[in-house]
Amino acid sequence: MADVSGASAPGAGFIREKFGVDEAIASSVLDAALSRGGEYAELYFEHKDAGSITYEQQAVKSATRSLTKGMGVRVLIGEAVGYAYTEDLDLGALRKAADTAAKIAARDEKTPPVDVVHFETPQYYSPEGSTIDVPPKSKVDLMVRADQAARDYDKSIARADINFVDELKHVAIFTSDGKMVSDVQPLVRFNISCLSERDDSRQTARWGGGGRMGMAYFEESTPEALAEEAARQAVLLQSSIEAPAGTFPVVLAAGDSGILLHEAIGHGLEADFNRKKTSNYSDRIGELVASELCTVVDNGMIENSRGSINIDDEGNLPGENIVIENGILQGYLQDRISAGAFGTKPTGNGRRQSFKHTPMPRMTNTYMLGGESEPEDIIKSVSKGIYCVAFSGGQVNISNGDFVFSITEGYLIEDGKITAPIRNVNLIGNGPDVLTKVTAVGHDFKLSDGRWTCGKDGQSVPVGVGIPTTLVSGMTVGGTNIG
Amino acid sequence: MREDLLSLASDIVDQARKLGADEVDAYVTSSAETSARVRKSEVERIIDATSHAASVRVIKEKRTAVCSTVDLTPKALVAMVEQALELAGIAEPDEYAGLPEREDLALGEQPNLKLYDEQIESLSVDEMKDVALRCEQAAYDYDSKVTNSDGAEMAVTRGVVALANSLGFGATYPSTNAMIMVEAICDDKDGKKRNDSWYSVERALHRLEEPEEVGRKAAARAVAKLGARKLNTTTLPVVWEAPVVRALLALIGQAASGELLYRRSTFLAGLEGEQVGSPLLTIADDPLLEGRLGSRPFDGEGVTSRTVPLFEGGTFREFLFDSYNARRMDRRTTGAAGRTLSAPPSPSTSNLVLTPGEQSPEELCADIDDGLLLTDLMGFGVNMTTGDFSRGAQGFRIEKGKVTYPVTEINVSGNLKDMLASIDAVGNDVLWLGSSGAPSLRMSKLTISGI
Repeated sequence: MADVSGASAPGAGFIREKFGVDEAIASSVLDAALSRGGEYAELYFEHKDAGSITYEQQAVKSATRSLTKGMGVRVLIGEAVGYAYTEDLDLGALRKAADTAAKIAARDEKTPPVDVVHFETPQYYSPEGSTIDVPPKSKVDLMVRADQAARDYDKSIARADINFVDELKHVAIFTSDGKMVSDVQPLVRFNISCLSERDDSRQTARWGGGGRMGMAYFEESTPEALAEEAARQAVLLQSSIEAPAGTFPVVLAAGDSGILLHEAIGHGLEADFNRKKTSNYSDRIGELVASELCTVVDNGMIENSRGSINIDDEGNLPGENIVIENGILQGYLQDRISAGAFGTKPTGNGRRQSFKHTPMPRMTNTYMLGGESEPEDIIKSVSKGIYCVAFSGGQVNISNGDFVFSITEGYLIEDGKITAPIRNVNLIGNGPDVLTKVTAVGHDFKLSDGRWTCGKDGQSVPVGVGIPTTLVSGMTVGGTNIG
Repeated sequence: MREDLLSLASDIVDQARKLGADEVDAYVTSSAETSARVRKSEVERIIDATSHAASVRVIKEKRTAVCSTVDLTPKALVAMVEQALELAGIAEPDEYAGLPEREDLALGEQPNLKLYDEQIESLSVDEMKDVALRCEQAAYDYDSKVTNSDGAEMAVTRGVVALANSLGFGATYPSTNAMIMVEAICDDKDGKKRNDSWYSVERALHRLEEPEEVGRKAAARAVAKLGARKLNTTTLPVVWEAPVVRALLALIGQAASGELLYRRSTFLAGLEGEQVGSPLLTIADDPLLEGRLGSRPFDGEGVTSRTVPLFEGGTFREFLFDSYNARRMDRRTTGAAGRTLSAPPSPSTSNLVLTPGEQSPEELCADIDDGLLLTDLMGFGVNMTTGDFSRGAQGFRIEKGKVTYPVTEINVSGNLKDMLASIDAVGNDVLWLGSSGAPSLRMSKLTISGI
């Protein structure tokens, strides 16, 4: 999928213009960073414009815009990290930060930095289309259309709260082993929350989408479609019944259900947890850790996807990393430190929230490949179970493997048919256990629309998830109905 | 760290007025963070950095915009104000938009809430590293079953915020906080691992738990989870251990947001003055406690802080309001506006305090023939509009009044309204962690999903 766009990667001229740094300044700062014997240093420059417009009660309520910029400097010695950052980008401030980070090391032996050389990266998204400087009126028009569509969907829709959020992030990375790379990362997200009111019964549902795209996103995902989806879910909840309590077969609908993989196995395969042996999957490469029907991939190169990156936040190229193939664990998602510890190469998963944060192994777009089953047959095979379609989020305990995800649109399956919608409910499972219970995988693979954000150790990054229709033979459903 | 924040904030206000804003407030922050993280007795990461930012909210012809920047040069601040005024043009006039009423502002002398500890200024990275090492070592020393660690950390921050507005309000205050944490890991049978963490966080160093105490608690909690198993699906009385009651308080604080009331997206809508919870339930949002993490002399709009009763003897009393949502709902601000750099103010809790009862946690369990001691919750399974609650959980089985074995991979569910009414005992073991103080409590029944 590397055949995207005619846009070329921004070069050295762009870095000078955006951050006021050139190769000479970078070398001087890297030199300071390694002045106490650090083995490796890297400078991460970030410039981020972010905006939002809030629309409610048929009017624009407020608009915001923020500018953040700064530089984070990381010095490594072995697996130890010294880190400092600054919002002032003059040479004095940069060197002061580098001097601070340098203190992690105290060796006489010095490793001087190699002169940096800029290298070009493939482009999986195009900065030209960024929405950030599109006139606000075009964005407001989308929100007006969404609001109208939501209220037209059903007369019980009493409120539609809409939010247009976008950012354009410029990054430049200089490393002491001679790399100089840069990237321009657009990101847009359209959120809508609908309130359905019938007498005293109120239900809300949220929906949205986006990606590393510009206004073109809305040509395929119209604001009407996004709004109707939120409205449909809110109205549906009006007739929802208590969810069952206990262990049942669970059918995951194609798309957003990929959140199960993200929690059940994705985090557990991040190499930092495995290097430290705090994960369930530590020391298990080559072992069968999932049903043979499962092939799981983390791929940072999907065109325009929310989880995609042209370059990771350590300056490494993203990859199409097969972490589980036919149930067998193939490898972990690596950043620089972990790759060093494992004696392998970084996989392009070193990501960070901002220049104020140290990078660590993170997912990009994580999904399971399609299988051979007919989705209808999968549902027909279940006599009593749950069908999950939409979710509000999930969480995992890396060490004991327990993970949860919360369903906002789900149904009972009775005698092979999807029947009553159920109230919001949580599902809990144990990662290594649940993946072995995958007993059918559909051929209808689907990637989520761009609405997921992953949190780890206090840092948020945008991600994508995906899955085909999948049957898990047993998971604990946290309803209130003990049948 | 910068010392001139209040004059910067005042300059931004003056500039915005000059350029045509009808009303304006400016919020400026500066902070310094230092942390030392160790793992297996080796330094893992040291962070040492300072940061600052300025934000402006302008209201012009009743249209609102908020802009922020990290560039505090005069030129950049003027650009920020100009951008905000231009951006306000896209909003519709909103009769409820605006600053708080002048009489609600904290214009007099600010209370000294002891939010700043000078000792933190002189703490060195090496001293912090030693604290983290002591903490982790204590976890290992507690029990040989502790076989791994996810690391121990000590982190401190120093910060200053300044707020000024076009009604003549201008104030600033410094604050500090310090934190110690560790996560201990044990190997269980069948290759499983059991883990737990503990932390202490305070405004002042001398109030922190000893690092060894933090380490021992994390270790004890992890070791106690060895042999954890699932439960059968059933309904049980549930004792909430004090640390996890904080999660319940956070949900109540969220449900009491005046913004959710305006959006009609809280199960507490329409219930002011009603007996919602058990008579044992008394909760306040208290920003005026000395030395607490959620304390603030004035809120994010400069309004005088006051203690807001949320529940008194089970009766739901008040929603938390900023000035916008208060005007929307024909109420008055309660001084609960939270402020961030990049959004208009909205209600936020300060310190949530649950009034303790008489019984010890052991006594709460003693009456239970078959029940659950809930220690951990996972996930986001709460629907604020309906109060439906469904979350992953860990804990311990209670049999014949005694805590017997650890339980994992279960789900607890109910409806928050019913859950608050089902509280039949509140403990005397108040635990302060961060911005909430709460004892254990007991609910007469919750649905447990398991095997």
